[in-house]
Amino acid sequence: MTRLFAFWSSHGTELASLVGQHVLLVAASTLVAVAIAVPLGIFAARRPRIAAPLTATANIVQTIPSLAMFGFLLPVPLIGGVGARAALVVLICYALLPIVRTTIAGLRGIDPAIREAGVAMGMTSAELLRQVELPLALPSIVAGVRVAAVVGVGSATIAAAIGAGGLGEYIYRGLSMVDTTVILAGAIPAALLALAVDAVLLWLQRMLSSRRRRRSPRALASAAAVAFAVVLLTSGVAARWTSGAIVVGSKNFTEQLILGELLAQTLERDAGVSVDRRLNLGGTLICDRALTTGDIDMYVEYTGTALTAVFHQPVHNNPEVVFSSVRDLYARSGRTLLPPLGFNNTFAILVRGSDARSRRLRTIEDAVPEARRWRPGFGYEFVERPDGLAGLARTYGLRFAEAPRVMDLTLSYRALAAGQVDLIAGDATAGLIKGLDLVQLEDNRRYFPPYDAAIVARSATLLRYPDVRASLERLSGRISALDMRALNYAADVEHRDIPRIVREFLASLH
Amino acid sequence: MPVPAIEFQQVTFTRPGGRLVLDRFALTVEPGEVVALVGRSGAGKTTVLKLVNRLLLPESGAVIVEGRDTREWEPIRLRRRVGYVLQEVGLFPHMSVAENVAVVPRLERWDDDRIAPRVRELLDLVGLAEQQFATRWPDELSGGQRQRVGVARALAIDPPVLLMDEPFGALDPLTRAELHAEFRRIQQRVRKTVIIVTHDMAEAFALGDRVGVIDEGRLVACDRPAAMAVAQDPRVRRLLDAIPTIDARLKPA
Repeated sequence: MTRLFAFWSSHGTELASLVGQHVLLVAASTLVAVAIAVPLGIFAARRPRIAAPLTATANIVQTIPSLAMFGFLLPVPLIGGVGARAALVVLICYALLPIVRTTIAGLRGIDPAIREAGVAMGMTSAELLRQVELPLALPSIVAGVRVAAVVGVGSATIAAAIGAGGLGEYIYRGLSMVDTTVILAGAIPAALLALAVDAVLLWLQRMLSSRRRRRSPRALASAAAVAFAVVLLTSGVAARWTSGAIVVGSKNFTEQLILGELLAQTLERDAGVSVDRRLNLGGTLICDRALTTGDIDMYVEYTGTALTAVFHQPVHNNPEVVFSSVRDLYARSGRTLLPPLGFNNTFAILVRGSDARSRRLRTIEDAVPEARRWRPGFGYEFVERPDGLAGLARTYGLRFAEAPRVMDLTLSYRALAAGQVDLIAGDATAGLIKGLDLVQLEDNRRYFPPYDAAIVARSATLLRYPDVRASLERLSGRISALDMRALNYAADVEHRDIPRIVREFLASLH
Repeated sequence: MPVPAIEFQQVTFTRPGGRLVLDRFALTVEPGEVVALVGRSGAGKTTVLKLVNRLLLPESGAVIVEGRDTREWEPIRLRRRVGYVLQEVGLFPHMSVAENVAVVPRLERWDDDRIAPRVRELLDLVGLAEQQFATRWPDELSGGQRQRVGVARALAIDPPVLLMDEPFGALDPLTRAELHAEFRRIQQRVRKTVIIVTHDMAEAFALGDRVGVIDEGRLVACDRPAAMAVAQDPRVRRLLDAIPTIDARLKPA
């Protein structure tokens, strides 16, 4: 608990800006959804034949898991990609259903005699809508907005996966650092925010249905106007925060966050450009798509990963061959692979230190007989990749007692140390290997291809900013596997601030 | 000869389901006259009213309002010249009494300083003290008070025609008698052309200058109360016999 408050007080400005981004995402998406859903609901309420398929469609949209929805949107031009825009599109889609549904229900629930009274008094359909139907349906519509906004606060945490910011940043950062304090630092404000939004809208709903109000439509209109002004104002701020000249991306684990920060600081210091950090971007495929669409200008990729996961080429064991073929493949799609940074982050088959010592395990081969009694745990990627589990099992004749438990990569280190699983496939440079007393088994049959870390950047960006290229190339060969493990250890185990770790490391290079 | 206020010329009307509601219905209402139409539930009484303000259009025949076929009337114009008092529920629940009464004047874009005195005048006309009632909500009124507001609302811009659909149906007998007297007093002052529909013959006798009986979609009789009271037509007698009288029940068997 004290650690949590310490974290908040030391990250005050960042917390404020993340809360701001979060509120902005939810407010903007909810307002836009209202602007779309209420007219849609009005339209549908009068035409039963449209209402049913409309709500059915909206229902289906809402059942798509939000992470999957972000995935679908990645390659879509204009509305897709990474960043706040795509997040808004997803959040708007989710907010539509409850509002459409309650608008229809609110209008349908009006006593037909009341509507008929309005018609008989000579109201045009516009007058009837404005003076009778909408005021009577308003409490119901606000109830829908309330549901949409509260759900939106929750969904917006996932938006951090595509670099849209918000409190999800802390949750994802905490997950990659396996640090519950950081997770809570994001989760608690998000929950409080949801409660606050719920309370405010519930109050509004009560106000509206209690009827003890005058000129409520006007009050509501001015409330909406104020909210809209706030959104415009903050989106101005947001526009500034996303308009950096160079966008640096990274995947969603500690090493990538460190490398992303390292690129960003190098560019800011040596090339004198402003940098927009889109760190923590889901996995390899999200980063690759973002780089293709131009949402990010560069990130650090691993040669073996690029060869197999990005370009779907067969696995190869020679580092030079892998590097040059990946460089050529990237060049064909307008991207440049810079020379390797100097370390090879290959998969590391890890076991507990105690097991390794008591059973004298040194290589993967040594572990094959033991594995028949073991339960393994693997990250999502390792199970799917062509250079992952299937080939490993074939190469070594590995068999386990149970099907592997598929879990978040960073959680698997803890799971191994805690005895929940007995063997994992981690990263060779992971700081937790040292921190949790894990032992890497040697890949004595050389199954895993090389995973040399190298910067991949959009060729157009490098051409436009020659200084950027020069300063990035100066990093080539400067980061050893030991350096990387130390950096990861500082972040994952010592919980030190990543920008500071990187600043110290860069200072030590000169 | 003056133009009749409302004239039904051989009007036939069929429900979308195909059921015949009005069958060559004919009726002429003179300006300033109160016609009370009686019939059992489902006899087509409400349909008659809705044909006047063009909520419905006849299938054949014609409804003439102030000398013009309702088909030729612009519906919004027509409806604002025809006040409508509905059974029980017609008040807008989200508007105060004063706001309900002011609905049509606002639709007609009256100025606020013209609306306020008019609302006061109307509430006064229907016997509701403005100070006490103007800011109340419909659900804070008794049934009788609600009906008074309904009448005030229908009269707001002084329309020449007033349609009343079972206006006093849901009230207790004392309140109903009180409102009957009130209605006659108001009618003496405003002299509207009124069609009232009711299923209660006693009410029709109490309110109508003429009483009409609708049976199976046709107007089977229409005459002054005194003449109706001695009618021999069995369809009229049935309704007359349904009027409860005290001595009929107290008579020993």
